[in-house]
Amino acid sequence: MRQILVRWAVSAIPVLFIVSLLTFLLTALIPGDPGRTILGQTADPDKVAAMNEALGVNRPLPVRYWDWLKGAVTGDLGDSITSSVSVSGQVGDRLAVTLSLIAGAFIVTGLVGVTCGVFSALKGGWLGRLIDGTAMLGMAIPVYWFALVLSMVFAVKLRLFPAIGYTPFSQSPGKWFMGLVLPVMALGLSCAAPVAKQTRNGVLSELGRDYVRALRARGFAERTIIVKHVLRNAAAPIITVLGIVVVGMFGGSVLIENVFAMPGLGGLAVSAAAGQDITTMQGVAVVFTVFVIVVNLVIEVLYALVNPKVRTR
Amino acid sequence: MSGPAVQPGTQPGAARPQARPGIARLLLRRPAVVVALAVLAVIVLCAALASVISPYGPEQQDLLHALKGPSASHWLGTGELGLDVFARLVFGGRVTLTVVLIAMVVYLACGVPLGILAGYKGGVFDWLVLKSADVAFAVPSIIVTLAVLAVFSHNETAAMVAFGLLGAPGLARVVRSAAMGVRQELFVRAAITSGLKDGVIILRHVLPRVAGVILVQVSVFAATAVLMETGLGFLGVGTKESSWGSLVGEASRNIGLNPWLLVPSGGIIIVFVLALSTIGDGIRDAAEEAHAAAVVRSPGRRQAPSATQAATAAVTAGQEPTEGALLSVRGLTVTLPMAGRATVTVRDVTFDVMPGEAVGIVGESGCGKSITASALFGMLPGGGRVTAGRVFFDGQDLTKASPAALRAIRGARVGWISQDPISSLDPVYTAGAQVAQVVRLHTGCSRKEAKRRALELFALVRLPDPARVAKSYPHQLSGGMAQRVGIAAALAAKPDIIIADEPTTALDVTVQAEILDLLRDLRAGGTAILLITHNWGLLADLCSRAVVMYAGEVVEESPITPIVRDPAHPYTQALLRSDPHRGRRGQPLPSLEGTVPAPPDWPVGCHFQGRCPLAAAACRTAAVPLVAVAPGRFSRCLLAGQATTVVQAAPAGTGGQDGG
Ligand code: SF4
Repeated sequence: MRQILVRWAVSAIPVLFIVSLLTFLLTALIPGDPGRTILGQTADPDKVAAMNEALGVNRPLPVRYWDWLKGAVTGDLGDSITSSVSVSGQVGDRLAVTLSLIAGAFIVTGLVGVTCGVFSALKGGWLGRLIDGTAMLGMAIPVYWFALVLSMVFAVKLRLFPAIGYTPFSQSPGKWFMGLVLPVMALGLSCAAPVAKQTRNGVLSELGRDYVRALRARGFAERTIIVKHVLRNAAAPIITVLGIVVVGMFGGSVLIENVFAMPGLGGLAVSAAAGQDITTMQGVAVVFTVFVIVVNLVIEVLYALVNPKVRTR
Repeated sequence: MSGPAVQPGTQPGAARPQARPGIARLLLRRPAVVVALAVLAVIVLCAALASVISPYGPEQQDLLHALKGPSASHWLGTGELGLDVFARLVFGGRVTLTVVLIAMVVYLACGVPLGILAGYKGGVFDWLVLKSADVAFAVPSIIVTLAVLAVFSHNETAAMVAFGLLGAPGLARVVRSAAMGVRQELFVRAAITSGLKDGVIILRHVLPRVAGVILVQVSVFAATAVLMETGLGFLGVGTKESSWGSLVGEASRNIGLNPWLLVPSGGIIIVFVLALSTIGDGIRDAAEEAHAAAVVRSPGRRQAPSATQAATAAVTAGQEPTEGALLSVRGLTVTLPMAGRATVTVRDVTFDVMPGEAVGIVGESGCGKSITASALFGMLPGGGRVTAGRVFFDGQDLTKASPAALRAIRGARVGWISQDPISSLDPVYTAGAQVAQVVRLHTGCSRKEAKRRALELFALVRLPDPARVAKSYPHQLSGGMAQRVGIAAALAAKPDIIIADEPTTALDVTVQAEILDLLRDLRAGGTAILLITHNWGLLADLCSRAVVMYAGEVVEESPITPIVRDPAHPYTQALLRSDPHRGRRGQPLPSLEGTVPAPPDWPVGCHFQGRCPLAAAACRTAAVPLVAVAPGRFSRCLLAGQATTVVQAAPAGTGGQDGG
C-alpha cells in the first residue's frame, strides 16, 4: 500500500504541476495585447488596461505563476478577473452539486454496466446481441441529447421530475433526490456501455479458465462460481475501465449540468469560458485535475485490493 | 514528416497497408462497413454541396413558419426565426466537419510521428510519449477546450486544435507499441542491419504496418471530435455560425414548443458517429481476420463429416452395469460441436471401475481420454452432449440425472485432480480459503471448522508447512505444492473415486514421484482412482487395469501385467514400443509414425487403419467390434487373438516404420 501511495505521488504531483502551468501559460499564448484580444477591438481602452492589470501581464510570467502557485497550495485560487469573486469560494459552493451528480452516475453506471455485461456474457443469443447493439448506440448518442430526451419525456411530458435546478440536500433530501434522478440517469446510462463491454469480455474469458472447470468439478453451483469467482477475477479490468469512465463523467457533467441548469462546477466552467473569466477557468481546471488524480489513486488501491498478485508482490 | 499512408479522410479502406493486402477486401466484405462508408460519403457530400442541394440558405428566415414540424416546403421542419432545419444541417455539417477535420490533422500530425519515433527509437521520445499521455489523461478534454475558448472567444478552431493536441499522446502511445512490435520483426531488423536509412525504413516498413492501428484510432477520435464539437455548440461557447451542435442547443431551448427539433439535430450526430464506430470496429475485426488467416494457412481443410461419422455412431449401448462396480460405463458416446457441427468425438466407450480399484485410461493426446472423463459426471465443455450409452455410478444412471444431482455427486463422491495445478486454483483466493470453501460446501460446517479441516487436509497431502501454504495465493506456490492443494480439495469430502487427469504432466520428475506416492497411498486407503495419462510408467505403478483409447474408441482393455507384457492390439503394441520409459538401453526408440485422425476425419472401419502395419482390406469396410481375447481382456482388432504376430513381423529398429 505504501508503494502504491509513493508511486502515485511521484506521478501525480508533476502532472498537477504541469496542468496548472499549462492553463497558466494559456494567457501568455494570447498574441499581442491580451486585454484587447479578450475584450475585443471595440473595447474601452481603460477597460483593456484594467484587464491587463488583472491578468498581470506587466509582471514577468514566472513571478505571476509563483504567486498563483503559493496561493493555490493554501487553497486560494485567486479572484475572478471579471467579477472579483473568490474562485475558491465559488468552487466550494458548487462542489457538492457536481460530486452528487457524479457519485450517483457512477453507481448507475456500475450497476447497469456490470449487470448487462454479465447477462450478455451468460445468456448470449438475442439478449447478448440486444445489449451489444444498445451499447454501441449508447456510445454514439451525445450525452446532452440523451439528457434532453429524458427531460422531455419524464419532466416536460410526464412531469415526474423537475426539468431544471438543484435543491441542496440540507434543504430537502427528498427534493435533492428527485432533482438528481434525471441528470444522474442521463450521465450514468450514457457511460454504462464501456463497462458492460469490459464486463462481458472479462466474464467470457474467465469462464474459459481452468479454475472454473475445477470449481465445477468440486461441485460448486454455477451461480456461486460466477459471483464469488468469475466476477471477482474479472473485477480488476472492470475497475480500470470504471476509472476511465469516471474521468469521462467529469467531462460529461459539464454538459449535463448545462441541460438541467444545475449550479455545479461544469456550469461554472461554461460561464467562465463564455465570460472570458480566465482565473476562474484556471481554478476549475486545476480542481478537475485534482479530482482525476484522486480517482486514479482510488482505482489503484482498489485494483490492488482485488488482485493479490499486485498486493503480495 | 507527413504520413503518406494516412489520409485523414473518410475512406479508411483506401489507405491500405501494403503488407496486409487483404484488409481492404475483408473490410468491404462486411455489409455494415459498406453501409457505414456510404452513409459517411453521403453526409460529407451533402455538406460539401450544401449550396447546391439546399433550397434555402442557412440564414434565410421564414418568420411565418418558425418552429414547425416537417412539411413539403421545409423537409425537416424549421427552427427559431423559421430557419430551415435541412439547410442548417447541410451548411452546419460544413462547419462541424471542417473543425473536426482540423482536429484530426493535428491529432495525426502530432501523434503518429511521435508514436513511431518512440516505438522505433525509444529513449527520450518514449519517455515523452508516456509522460504526456499521463498529463493528457488527467484533464477532462472538455475543460481544456473550455479553457481555450475562455481565451480565444468563440474560436472553435483553436479549441479543436487543442482537442487534437490533447488526444495525440493517446494515439502516440498506441502507435508506439505497434511500432515496437514491428521493429522486432525479422525483415525490419534485417533492414536496420543492412544500413538502410531510418527514414526509409519508417516510411517503407513501419508506417504501412501500423496504418491499421492508426485507422482504428482515427475513427474513434473522429467520433469523439464530432461529439466534442457539437457539445461546444450546444453549450453556446463554440462557433457563432450555425453548426450541428448549435442546432441541438436550439432544440433544447424550444423543447416545449417544438420537440421535433430534437430528432434531426441529434439524429445526424448519432448516425455520423455510429457510422464512424462501425468502420473502426470493422477495421479492427478485418485486421484480426487477416492476421488469423495468415497464421492458419488453410482454414478450409476440415472436410464435411464423412459417412463414417454416422456409421460409427451405431453403438453397443443399453447394457446393464456390472454387479458391485463403483463406476460402470456402457457404450458411452459423446458429440462436441466442431466447425459448427455436432461431431462424434468419443464412441462406444465401455469399462468398469470397482470400489477401491485404480484404472488407467491411456492413449496419445486427441484420443478422447479427457472428454470421456469429463462426460462421466456432466462436465463436458459448452455444447458437448452424451448422445448414447450410460454411466452407472453406484448403480445410478448419471446420464439421466439432473444437473443438480450431478453437482451433488461432484466434489462429494468424486474428486477431480487436474492437469495444470496452478491455473486450476482461483488466483484471487488463498489456498486455504479455497479448500475451506470446498469443505464447507460439502459438509456445511462452520467457517472455523472448515479452516481447521483444510489444515488437516494439507497435512494429509504432506504439504511441508500447512499453515503457511494456507495463507499463500496460487501464484506464490510451486507446481508441486499447488497440485497437493488440488488433491487436498479433491479429498475434502472423502470421495469414493478420484479422477486424475494427467496429474503429473506439468511437474518435474522428483515431484512426480511424490505425487505418485500420494496417489498410491490414497488407493491403499480404499479410494478408487481413474487415471488419465499417456505415461505407461505411471499407469503400471498405480493401476491394476488399463483402458487403451485410440481416436475416440476403446481399442484394448486388460489387467496391467498381461497388457504390458503381451499387448493384444497393434496400437497398444506401437504405444508401448515407443514409450520412452520402457526403451531398452542401447536401442534406438522406435517412434510412432503418423498422427491421430481428428474426429471429422475418422475412416470407415478400424480407426487405426492409417497407421497399422497389419491393416488389410477387411479393416476398411466396417466398424470393428470390441471382443474378448482372454478372460478379462478385450481388443478392438480383426486380428484379435493372433495379433502378437506384429512384434515378430516388425524387426527391432524398424518397427512402426510403416506409416501407411
Ligand atoms: S483392425 Fe486391422 S487396421 Fe485395425 S488394428 Fe486390427 S489389423 Fe490394424
